[in-house]
Amino acid sequence: MEIVYVYVKKRSEFGKQCNFSDRQAELNIDITPNPELAALYMERNPVDKGVQCSASMSEHEANTERFEMENCGVNHIEGGWPKDVNPLELEQTIRFRKKVEKDENYINAITQLGLIMEHCIKQNNAIDIYQEYFDEEESVEVTEEAPSAKTINVFRDPQDIKRTATHLSWHPDGNKKLAVAYSCLKFQQAPMGMSHESYIWDLENPNRPEITLKPSSPLVTLEYNPKDSHVLLGGCYNGQIACWDIRKGSLVAELSTIEFSHRDPVYGTIWLQSKTGTECFSASTDGQVMWWDIRKMSEPMEVVVMDITRKEQLANALGAISLEFESTLPTKFMVGTEQGIVISCNRKAKTSAEKIVCTYSGHHGPIYALQRNPFYPKNFLTVGDWTARIWSEDSRESSIMWTKYHMAYLTDGAWSPVRPAVFFTTKMDGTLDIWDLVFKQCDPALSLKVCDDALFCLRVQDNGCLIACGSQLGTTTLLEVSSGLSTLQKNEKNIASSIFERETRREKILEVKHREMRLKEKGKTEGREDDQKEDELALNLDDLVSKAEEEFYEVIYSELKRKEAEAMKKTAKPVRTVVGEDLSLPPEESSWTPYYWPPPPHHSTCTLNMH
Amino acid sequence: EVEETLKRIQSHKGVIGTMVVNAEGIPIRTTLDNSTTVQYAGLLHQLTMKAKSTVRDIDPQNDLTFLRIRSKKHEIMVAPDKEYLLIVIQNPCE
Repeated sequence: MEIVYVYVKKRSEFGKQCNFSDRQAELNIDITPNPELAALYMERNPVDKGVQCSASMSEHEANTERFEMENCGVNHIEGGWPKDVNPLELEQTIRFRKKVEKDENYINAITQLGLIMEHCIKQNNAIDIYQEYFDEEESVEVTEEAPSAKTINVFRDPQDIKRTATHLSWHPDGNKKLAVAYSCLKFQQAPMGMSHESYIWDLENPNRPEITLKPSSPLVTLEYNPKDSHVLLGGCYNGQIACWDIRKGSLVAELSTIEFSHRDPVYGTIWLQSKTGTECFSASTDGQVMWWDIRKMSEPMEVVVMDITRKEQLANALGAISLEFESTLPTKFMVGTEQGIVISCNRKAKTSAEKIVCTYSGHHGPIYALQRNPFYPKNFLTVGDWTARIWSEDSRESSIMWTKYHMAYLTDGAWSPVRPAVFFTTKMDGTLDIWDLVFKQCDPALSLKVCDDALFCLRVQDNGCLIACGSQLGTTTLLEVSSGLSTLQKNEKNIASSIFERETRREKILEVKHREMRLKEKGKTEGREDDQKEDELALNLDDLVSKAEEEFYEVIYSELKRKEAEAMKKTAKPVRTVVGEDLSLPPEESSWTPYYWPPPPHHSTCTLNMH
Repeated sequence: EVEETLKRIQSHKGVIGTMVVNAEGIPIRTTLDNSTTVQYAGLLHQLTMKAKSTVRDIDPQNDLTFLRIRSKKHEIMVAPDKEYLLIVIQNPCE
């Protein structure tokens, strides 16, 4: 160990207080003015200076306490009539009016006003003053504004015992309403007296839900029927499927029978595109996916067991947590399971075993969200454990892109319906991340802390501007995203598709390489010279080390010799002896001050021959 | 001449309705039905008062001469006077 610097302090001085002492002022530097420098400058005359004389104001923001508003109508009755006129009596009012009309004031006033009015009316008819000029020059904004999102509204669960908002669904037309399903997802830890109700909120009124839905068991998922906005489908905690018609009231319109329903909470329900608009399917952690027609809820139309060994064994089945269905690919659907595997299935397969087409594994935990990219359905996003991954249908070995491992568990994710390269994810620490693949791929473009408790679900409105997220305490927050993130940028489609293709190609190449390696390994295990190679490798390690050390010392030795030769040529005797003395010391002693290389470690096999 | 003026105004292109309201909000003359008139009279009267006081507050020597409210469906024009209000609802050609 070298001593680089030594600090010395007297023992008695430890802990002593600082003793300051006065000292005369020292003049360190004195720069005298140099009038010659002034010649380099010219006086400015006149000088322009802006002066403002206005009232100084300060800006202060204050957040008022939340107050409840209620809308109610006011009934007007005619007022303003003078006392003697009864507004309901036609005669009296007519008489009053006639009297007024005879008034001279009235005549003058009306004539005057009439002139002004005519002028304006003619103006209106002549030119449309609000016409959009220069319409075609709608600037293609290169908005340099940073992506941002702000909270617009917060809908709190009015119940005292707070439940988690587990699923959100926007109203299909106009997106003015939001259906939120509330339940307690902790296994058997639902507190006593917890209400089963779920609500439909009107965006204008955050104080009170517009419609209450009363199922027999708390709802885990809730979906509006995209064809008929009065019908809602809900999946219950006890495995039943329930259907509501808002026009009929808040009680369940149709309920599936318990014997034929799922055995576990229904985690995914999606409406299907069908001519009747009454078909839907559901998935649950009991490993089954069932198809229903809401007109006949007594038993499912079809049941598929998520058994990847294709034996239809319920015992082997993987629990399904998320469902995905794209209306442009009506026969295919995908299921995300608790075991971290995505199963892609074909509904129209002839035998039940062929229903399961292929699997994609890569997540370590349940896959909470699964969605195809609305622009490129071949690529889909899965969110589970601590990452979000993007997959391509073609590459089955692994995902084509993935985010880094986050600190908190990811709970939900969705693509933006407007921009193909933007997706949103929510985490257990209450943050919402917005990822923009065109902008940055390793980090979210924007990361927002929405609330202190965990966020459980996320839903983007169809125009891509509003996002609703539901949290553990039942608070649904409505956020508005900045226009940069919700308007399609030029070339974005091409860029996004090229990103996906490039990554898919990379994965394919890796896949091929993997396969080759595996084949090679298979060849190895069948014996031959590869065994020997491995042994040799192991033995040679020690030899290599000693060889390296030898070489090292030889280099030093030759250097030293060279230096000696030089020194002997140049210097006189005394120096030479010093050099000679130094060199005669054995290397183990630390007095040999090395300044080119570190001293050699003690190694018995190698010694330098010094003369 | 009052009749003439009002008839002329009503006959212009796009005019949906005309009404004259007095200072207390009582409709004197109208071409629309009673309930609509009463509604317009009450609401616009208050609005005109507010607009007038606003203009006056900003500059005491100023006064409101005309008030135009353009909405999605039509335009409401109010010409105020010391005692009366002339209200015209027009559908501007766009």
